[in-house]
Amino acid sequence: MQLDAKIPGGPLKEKWDRHRFELKLVNPANKRKFDIIVVGTGLAGGSASASLAELGYHVKTFCIQDSPRRAHSIAAQGGINAAKNYTNEGDSIWRLFYDTVKGGDFRAREANVHRLAQVSNTIIDQCVAQGVPFARDYGGLLANRSFGGAQVSRTFYARGQTGQQLLLGAYSALSRQVGAGKVELFPRREMLDIVLIDGQARGIVVRNLVTGEIECHAAHAVVLATGGYGNVFFLSTNAMGSNVTAAYRAYKRGALFANPCFTQIHPTCIPVHGTYQSKLTLMSESLRNDGRVWVPKNPGDTRPPHQIPESERDYYLERKYPSFGNLVPRDVASRNAKAQCDQGKGVGPTKLAVYLDFSDAIRRDGKDVIEKKYGNLFEMYEKITADDPYETPMMIYPAVHYTMGGLWVDYNLMSTIPGLFVMGEANFSDHGANRLGASALMQGLADGYFVIPYTIGGYIVGESFTEITADHPAFRDTVKEVNAKTDRLLSIRGKRTVDDFHRQLGLVMWDHCGMARTNEGLEKARKMIQEIRGEFWENVRVPGLNEEFNQSLEKAGRVADFLEFGELMVMDALARQESCGGHFNEAYQTEENEAMRDDENFCHVAAWEHAGDDKEPGLHKEPLTFENVKLTQRSYK
Amino acid sequence: MSSRTINLTLKVWRQKSSKDRGKFETYEAKQISTDMSFLEMLDVVNEHLTLEGNEPIAFDHDCREGICGMCGTVVNGRAHGRERGTTLCQLHMRHFSDGDAIAIEPWRARAFPVIRDLAVDRGAFDQLIQAGGYVSVNTGGAQDANNILVPQEVAEKAMDAAACIGCGACVASCPNASAMLFVGAKVSQLALLPQGKPEAAQRAISMIRKMDELGFGNCTNETECEAECPKEISISNIARLNREYLKAGLFSTVE
Repeated sequence: MQLDAKIPGGPLKEKWDRHRFELKLVNPANKRKFDIIVVGTGLAGGSASASLAELGYHVKTFCIQDSPRRAHSIAAQGGINAAKNYTNEGDSIWRLFYDTVKGGDFRAREANVHRLAQVSNTIIDQCVAQGVPFARDYGGLLANRSFGGAQVSRTFYARGQTGQQLLLGAYSALSRQVGAGKVELFPRREMLDIVLIDGQARGIVVRNLVTGEIECHAAHAVVLATGGYGNVFFLSTNAMGSNVTAAYRAYKRGALFANPCFTQIHPTCIPVHGTYQSKLTLMSESLRNDGRVWVPKNPGDTRPPHQIPESERDYYLERKYPSFGNLVPRDVASRNAKAQCDQGKGVGPTKLAVYLDFSDAIRRDGKDVIEKKYGNLFEMYEKITADDPYETPMMIYPAVHYTMGGLWVDYNLMSTIPGLFVMGEANFSDHGANRLGASALMQGLADGYFVIPYTIGGYIVGESFTEITADHPAFRDTVKEVNAKTDRLLSIRGKRTVDDFHRQLGLVMWDHCGMARTNEGLEKARKMIQEIRGEFWENVRVPGLNEEFNQSLEKAGRVADFLEFGELMVMDALARQESCGGHFNEAYQTEENEAMRDDENFCHVAAWEHAGDDKEPGLHKEPLTFENVKLTQRSYK
Repeated sequence: MSSRTINLTLKVWRQKSSKDRGKFETYEAKQISTDMSFLEMLDVVNEHLTLEGNEPIAFDHDCREGICGMCGTVVNGRAHGRERGTTLCQLHMRHFSDGDAIAIEPWRARAFPVIRDLAVDRGAFDQLIQAGGYVSVNTGGAQDANNILVPQEVAEKAMDAAACIGCGACVASCPNASAMLFVGAKVSQLALLPQGKPEAAQRAISMIRKMDELGFGNCTNETECEAECPKEISISNIARLNREYLKAGLFSTVE
């Protein structure tokens, strides 16, 4: 298979405008004749559903939650980037583009990232028009703050709830279209398969999570906006329901999966504290604007933080990276925290934590100012840990947060299956090997508001469609397969719970395919995953029936997919014999322990093709060419 | 963080489906770490129930960091438990003592039918937003964001109202099962901001009508909603909703 990214010709700055002009348009009166399915209602899915319906398409929107407002975009805290340059610091579309390509360690497509930077400003305009209550300065203008990997303040925010407010904006636009009868909404539905007819994606099979009924929905195009796969690690900052199932089942139907080993470990999360723990909680990166990261200089120092004098503290990020300081990108900050703990300088009961200290900022700006900026985050920290961060430094440790890998898409956001589009975290396209803070919200909304509405039209005009309904035999065959899988899960009646297997898988992934990887560990992990998977299908216990509200069955299907997908991640990590961004193979590092890329051999997207169960997937490479930025060793010193 | 373990007796509402009558069942929750969240405690109970061959307790939850609004049950008569400004997922077991008995029930309101056990259908909230909880602006064509000036204190007040997570605790704690706090928060957010003003009258009227139609009760100033709201949304938003509704009825051309 030859991967064609369909990147338009011409100078970088003109590609998107030119492409929009060249895309054929669907006659406004004809749009209502086309049905589009959108799966997922986060920033990408919500904004796409609303925008496509506004254009006149008939949209069917699905989500696993009880309401589209609950998609996990809602938990994003810190902010959204845009190149407005309201702060007069010299920001520009070019600088946002450059920072994002560099932050991603030169493993993203130039053309996609430049388009993202171009539409970033329009996103802010759109959200403000919807009534998103962004933070304001005294004069009533929009306020900005800084995030990692950038030396300008370009992040727009709504307290520590930016994701919530942006999602509610997209949800309100979606709700308006539901009220107008342009979007049909299907909450509490889980996509279990996509249906291909004549090689085109023509529909989906979903399970109604309340009744267990298997439903078929036909359309002219299917858009997946189903988020990331961080929960393969069991413990992550993702919501409990976040999963890889929709993306993975599309992969099994022929969509290529790109760079699955690119996962982001976020440096500022509340440390793990017990074996019963169900998830990890992020503390926004924005805290690194005012918080200073430190550990005791001497390993094994067990004194409480206020008893450790200034001279015996190591503010290691400020020391090692004087120009970016505490605001180095996430992968760099995470690896450094791990390195400190590996040297025995970790703090807290588990010694797997570092301090994030606000005392200087409180002394400098006053408690009021800090409370205004981060009040809700401090409260959340106190609720979970029973420690007051105004009085004592926070303890933080890296945790799985975001996945840069995802289904392979071309410049139009279409996967290798014609008519199957993929947006937001579910695709692989814009963040390379490491995502910068406040860029996920930007990408989700860029894809949904400003990219897919154009590119899907181009696809529809260029295709011919046979008339089908959800009674087509292809749907019946897919339903049979889906039912067989469910029956099998329910019939095992083994001795271990789904969560038990999930936790075991998560530990293997964290130990061997997490912050630092070795070839030996990855080989071992692959065998371990195969063993866990083997036992799962013989010994898992899934109580209840299909024909009811059955949360254990939901989880079982998702974990079954994670047990296959985890192995694909490990294979991808093994195939990439270099370090870059979030993928750190210990064999490839500079003298200063930074990730060492191998641009000669690995400057490509690794896209995996399913070859059948129990068969090795095929690896396809899309070369990345950089015509506008120079490949350099990233330096944040 | 000093962690202990405690033993608890749970009385949990079990109901197989919306058609089933439902009843309380008693379970022992043993060796519960006080660092656990309430939902992690339920996870542990469910693991035991599953291994013993029983059906686990169904409950809604997702983000487990207090922002998605998916979780929520009545704990000892209080929505999300007795801690102020806390969702159930952020309620930690350190607030309970060894030997405590805890009653756990679903939200009870005509507009929120039970799906199973502790999970309810809150689709009525979506229908309220669909009735007018938006600014009518299509994608594209918005002016530069800084052309709309919003005084900082107005932006802050709008944000206070916008912090609603749509969990339904206000309805569950109201003796009339009224949705006035939920509607008031949305109407306030958009009425305060210049972007929402053109449709303010229509919005207030449509959303109030929809609320009545969906079977939510009226507001009789019990203020239970404010007391139980995990995001501490103020009832001044209900006062603003009333003003907007009155204003719309008296001075607007909306029918």
